[in-house]
Amino acid sequence: MNATFDPHAEHAGHRTHESNQSLWLLVIAPTIWATHFLASYVTAAVYCAKFAPADGSLATVRWAIAGYTIAALIGIAVTAWFGWRRQRYGTPEDVHIDTPLVRHRFLGTATLLLSMLSTVATLYTAMTVIFLGDCS
Amino acid sequence: MLNLITYFYSAPFVPGILLADVWHGKHSALEPAGTAASEIATLFWAMAVGAAVIWLSMIVLGVYCFRTHQGMHPPRLPWFIIGGGMAVPSVVLAVLLGFGLSAMPRLVGPAPEGSLRVHVTGEQWWWRVSYEHPQGLDTQRVELANEIHLPVDRAVEFVLDSADVIHSFWIPSLAGKVDTFPGRETRLVVTPTSEGVYQGICAEFCGGAHAWMEFTVVVESPEAFDAWLAEQATPSNTLHDEGATRGRTLFRQQGCGACHSIRGNVARSRVGPDLTHVGSRHSIAAGRLPNDRLSLVRWLRDPKGLKPEALMPSFAMLSDEDLESLAAYLHGLK
Repeated sequence: MNATFDPHAEHAGHRTHESNQSLWLLVIAPTIWATHFLASYVTAAVYCAKFAPADGSLATVRWAIAGYTIAALIGIAVTAWFGWRRQRYGTPEDVHIDTPLVRHRFLGTATLLLSMLSTVATLYTAMTVIFLGDCS
Repeated sequence: MLNLITYFYSAPFVPGILLADVWHGKHSALEPAGTAASEIATLFWAMAVGAAVIWLSMIVLGVYCFRTHQGMHPPRLPWFIIGGGMAVPSVVLAVLLGFGLSAMPRLVGPAPEGSLRVHVTGEQWWWRVSYEHPQGLDTQRVELANEIHLPVDRAVEFVLDSADVIHSFWIPSLAGKVDTFPGRETRLVVTPTSEGVYQGICAEFCGGAHAWMEFTVVVESPEAFDAWLAEQATPSNTLHDEGATRGRTLFRQQGCGACHSIRGNVARSRVGPDLTHVGSRHSIAAGRLPNDRLSLVRWLRDPKGLKPEALMPSFAMLSDEDLESLAAYLHGLK
């Protein structure tokens, strides 16, 4: 099996990634979202329990979560770009026929949509610290 | 099928009909009389209007789809799906989330320094209420049951806990609800803005008589509140009525003091509700009955019949005359 994916190899009888039924690209964006969610809440909880000033200000945590959010959005954007490329690969076939190319394009679309969902969810998580300024 | 369609189109009106029934009253969240309740009511109305707009849009779209010939696809359908199915819901939810989050600091913020503090313990199925003493003697709290008085336009901090199972302390007209847990304190800040009599309830199912675990909240002027608290801090009053004097003797003979406390009397137990000024309260048995002699007789005769699983024992073995004397004594404790 050719380990390097060659987008032009499909019609020459070579196998795409989907021949191995790899779904890893699908889960990357939701995993980044879940990691961002967990990191944000753990950071805020530990900070409030151990390091917060007397007035309970969350200013430091805000900067940390802003950093997590930028990193998460970049990761999701890269994943979305890979999904976008897969979605546009090859010429459209009858989507009701199960072929590696159809699966390839479908997984690209699903990755793109999950990336959009993860973007929204990550922004919703980050919104919390815009409105809540202290540990109380 | 026709019935299903009828239900579908009429469903949004059903909550409206139900709401109309509870709109007015002592415990309506739609008639806020406190700052926190106003925030919650505003959020509710914003959500209700938003939901109505979305529902109407869906109905219009549904009618449009039914009337469009099958097989016809507008050229911009994919963008319509992306816009209507993803962009609009994301924006609507973001606005709602922002709206809700922006209200949170005001809803869960701490009470200002020096605010009045009221301790409330949920018990199956009544509320133990104690005020920190007006002269600041923490060891000598003013205790009562199922009734709370608050000064208008002043922040009050409730310190809540539970003696048995999880309850939820809720005065719909004044603020949001907060659960009470055994072994853990929770807090709620309430700032009433209108004088009046409101009703509080337990909002977490807690056993047989959960539905009869109410309490009365009286919001009054600061002067009236101070006078009320000073009165509540005093021992029970002296009796002049012959029936009531007989009732006091019966209270001792029948062992009522094994569960109840009456300051100024020998009864000092804290198992059941404090009865020092029970005659001055708006209701008895946590909102189950109005506070009058006849209701007190009914309650003493058959507590479990009136309130399922109530821990109060029946005194049906006493004569009518004895029960009426006991009721006269209790009702006289103003």
